[in-house]
Amino acid sequence: MLMQLASIWNYLIVILLMMMGLFIVISHENLVKKLVGLSIFQTSVFLFYITLGRVSGGTAPILTDAPDTVYSNPLPHVLILTAIVVGVATIALGLALILRINEAFGSIEEDEILAAKNQSAAADMMPSKPGADS
Amino acid sequence: MSDSGVASIFLQNLPVMVVAIPLLLAAIVAVVPVPRLAWMLALAGIGGSFLAAILLQSITQSVGRVTYHLGNWEPPWGIEFVVDSATSLTLVVMSGLAFLATLFARGSLLAEINHKDLGKCYAAWLLACGGLFGLVGTGDAFNLFVFLEISALSSVILISMGAGTDRRALSAGFNYLIIGAVGATFYVIGVGFLYAITGTLNIVDLAARISDIGGGAALYAGFGFIIAGIMVKAAIFPVHIWLPAAYGYAPSAVSSLLAAIATKAALYVLARMLFTLFEGVPAITEIALNYVIIPLSLAGIFVGTIMAIYEKDIKILLAQSSVAQIGYISLGFGLASAAGVSASFIHIANHALIKGGLFMAVGSFVAALGSRANMNSFVGIGRRMPITAAAFMVCGLSLAGLPLTAGFISKLYLIRAILSVDAYLIAALVLLSSALSLIYLWKIVEVMWMQPAPAKSPQLVENPAIYLPLWIVALGNIWFGVDASWLVSASRAAAAALIGGGL
Repeated sequence: MLMQLASIWNYLIVILLMMMGLFIVISHENLVKKLVGLSIFQTSVFLFYITLGRVSGGTAPILTDAPDTVYSNPLPHVLILTAIVVGVATIALGLALILRINEAFGSIEEDEILAAKNQSAAADMMPSKPGADS
Repeated sequence: MSDSGVASIFLQNLPVMVVAIPLLLAAIVAVVPVPRLAWMLALAGIGGSFLAAILLQSITQSVGRVTYHLGNWEPPWGIEFVVDSATSLTLVVMSGLAFLATLFARGSLLAEINHKDLGKCYAAWLLACGGLFGLVGTGDAFNLFVFLEISALSSVILISMGAGTDRRALSAGFNYLIIGAVGATFYVIGVGFLYAITGTLNIVDLAARISDIGGGAALYAGFGFIIAGIMVKAAIFPVHIWLPAAYGYAPSAVSSLLAAIATKAALYVLARMLFTLFEGVPAITEIALNYVIIPLSLAGIFVGTIMAIYEKDIKILLAQSSVAQIGYISLGFGLASAAGVSASFIHIANHALIKGGLFMAVGSFVAALGSRANMNSFVGIGRRMPITAAAFMVCGLSLAGLPLTAGFISKLYLIRAILSVDAYLIAALVLLSSALSLIYLWKIVEVMWMQPAPAKSPQLVENPAIYLPLWIVALGNIWFGVDASWLVSASRAAAAALIGGGL
């Protein structure tokens, strides 16, 4: 039983990280924490791909002269390099947006932003002063 | 280099040109200091894509299928672009509407975003267009993810530009970023499962190997993750929640661009996944279509329509109605018949014309009014801005599906496709929802035309640079309502390319 668990150890971690990340994204009101959750969620996928690339008994995928060398699969690593870049861009854009949200709403808590948005919506419908928002 | 040299490079690399021109120009436009020049470059770039898409469409009509190997690497190792009748039709519709939206953007963005952001806005605009064209053109599952993210990140930037007039655009952009990133990550997880069992990423190659494998937990998990991820991007109920705020608070030109092409690209990818990638496992796609796509489409049609009826802000109202219209398109895919899929392609084109036009019209009102478009600011606007209001009416009637408009053709072919599989209940629901959509349209018509403008209201100026592109789209709505033969035959070819068989 334990040996079996140990052999799929990486996949267990992937599932754990995936669930944790997604839960944080859904449950937290704080925008920075949401972004952290998203980052954990994406990291779980990186680990998933890297684990897929492992071939048991495989060495680094550098050509050797020995004919019966077993190589690990390098392609998932390359794919994940791309996904990491995409992830960094997402987080950077998200953080930049949080800065602007903090300037505009004075808060990065979702419930407080929602309250401010409802005020804006009420102001929109006031016929006396059009465009009173922001 | 001589002119003929440039032309021949363009012609020999058509499939990749559609994507490469906007993406490469984006880098140049980002450093162009003059907004007017940036706009002209953007217009030229998307015009180039449009030209390439039209040429591709005429080629696929005779040859059927064009492939392009990036860097001359043979598939399945290299990245391949595959353009068949379905791809080329989607590309023509998307690039055509993107071109008109760019034409419209100059006047509209001037009124709605901070002037210091104008030049860079066109760089994000080009990136979004290039990313979405790439999403449609690529034949590689992982490359598709990269285009998904390019288009999503640049769309978020464009949506957040709405903060120039309304701070709520920022939180709308942030929500789209988070939800979109979760959706894209779901897609990558799915691709990971498929790669684990097949060892390939080329979609055609994957389809063949999936067909050989035929089943298994990893395949089903991959299927579920991929379809769920794409559904988020296509804004199919109930994962549409990012859409109303995103389209509602984005600058009007951006709403027009995204409503016309962004969800359409994702819907095309959904069809590709269901009918090409998972063609070899009909058991699982049938379950997904009958028990997931069709019920969710119907739910989306009603939720979107009813939310629109109660909405007072015009842009959010139109966005809610988009949720319903996306439901009609995915419903056609759900039927899984050639007639249903071709009805979906007809509606992809027509809805791009309808919503693109409606958001342009609202953008014209917003530019003239200088405030948000809602039921208060719209009072009596029909008499104050007759040219724009008339175009709004044409697109609105097309949305409702009045005869002689493009919307009627969509509804006609959708209902016929539904009746041909004897689904009378679904047909009745579609007709009922069409009737309901008249309620929210009538609400706007009443406020626009029936009520007098408030006294002392200032004179409103109608700008030709803004209403000309709008009227081109409005006339397009009438043109495709009167003579739909080109669109219908192109859609039939698209459906045949996707699932085979004629009508």
